[in-house]
Amino acid sequence: MVQKIGSQYKEILNQYMQRQSEQNLYVGQNFSRQLISENTSPEDVISMHKAAMQELYEDMPETVWHSFDFLIEMMINYGLALQERQSLLQKQEELRMEMDLAANVQETLLSTTMPSLEGLDIGLLSVPLRKMNGDYIYFISDEEGRAGIAVADVIGKGLPAALCMSMVKFGMDSLNDSMSFPREVLSTINRIVEKSVDDFMFVSMFYGRYEAESGVLTYGSAGHEPAMLYRAETGEFEELTVKGLLLGVSPMATYEEKEVKLNKDDMVVIMTDGVTEGRTAEGFIDRQVINELILRKKDEPAQTIVQYVYDELVRMQNAELSDDFTLVIYKKV
Amino acid sequence: MNIQVDLQESDKVLKGHIRGEIDAHTAPVLREKLEPYQNVESLDAELDLSDVDYMDSTGLGVFVAFYKSVNSQGGHLKLSGLSARLKRLFDITGLGDIMDIESAGKGGN
Repeated sequence: MVQKIGSQYKEILNQYMQRQSEQNLYVGQNFSRQLISENTSPEDVISMHKAAMQELYEDMPETVWHSFDFLIEMMINYGLALQERQSLLQKQEELRMEMDLAANVQETLLSTTMPSLEGLDIGLLSVPLRKMNGDYIYFISDEEGRAGIAVADVIGKGLPAALCMSMVKFGMDSLNDSMSFPREVLSTINRIVEKSVDDFMFVSMFYGRYEAESGVLTYGSAGHEPAMLYRAETGEFEELTVKGLLLGVSPMATYEEKEVKLNKDDMVVIMTDGVTEGRTAEGFIDRQVINELILRKKDEPAQTIVQYVYDELVRMQNAELSDDFTLVIYKKV
Repeated sequence: MNIQVDLQESDKVLKGHIRGEIDAHTAPVLREKLEPYQNVESLDAELDLSDVDYMDSTGLGVFVAFYKSVNSQGGHLKLSGLSARLKRLFDITGLGDIMDIESAGKGGN
């Protein structure tokens, strides 16, 4: 095998020595790819070169052959570096597979069921920037037409953010009560996150409790991007601002809550900062832009609106979002 | 890596000036620069953010962490020169209520 490669190399080299054409060079390039795929080390390539030269031009001065021996020595460490690179590539591939697995686990672990509520059309979309999503939507619902929604965003990305999110999820599970009001949900989760998360990690969270019978949404926010309320009657948007500190900053934090009654065709738009912090070549994408996008599709089902806003924002940013993207629309029908 | 962090400390008084953008790429640089000061007892720190053009939640995380460690050592952190956009970020997150922040144009400098 080695001999066969050696004679192939000699042949290619000989061709090139006869005529230094692009074509002959190209044959050499292809051959080097074959050598790489067979894990041939750089020092072996030079040994092969020396052997070929000795056969082709035997009466070269001794110094030339010595110089090749020296070069072979020089190349040995390059060969080791190459081997190291290959083992790193292999490790990287293993890590990638583990990340895939973790992303799948996250998806299963954090999955939630969208409630079906009388008179409420829900649209939602959550798209992670990388494999692991630092945004999270969670629903708690009951048979009486009550449902809680949590939309959370971990500051920080990737694996640590995903692990942090699992804690929020277990906090929500331990409450598991669609009667709970935002104030108590947020303080409970705050205590859990504050105890267990490192100093650089925080969570912002919106919590809304909706009652289908009255059409009333009670909402609270832990440092989360304010939700927007669209009033069909006036055609205007207003920010649903409510005081509350990010989760995980202080165990003493308390949370305000407010309520709003939804009328027919009113919408509540809940989002993470991945929606509002977008940047285009011309500058920031502000709320006005998002409102306009929603208005264009306001008569469509909530899911259609959400998908349209996402598609348009991706288009405006040349398909390069810089953060996890989560958007939820509640539409009273 | 568009960020510039100038910090000067003498006798437990830290003055800093941050320029550029604080996002997921540059936040680690800022964090690293602030790290040596986070365990200084009774540190009096003021960071001028008037030349920060952009900051996202990752940057916010760095300041909150620094705020928490300075506070736990009995010190004080003030952030000054906040643009309207930055001010909004601190207000939305509720941090504006617990941290000492000052908008651009209001005293300072």
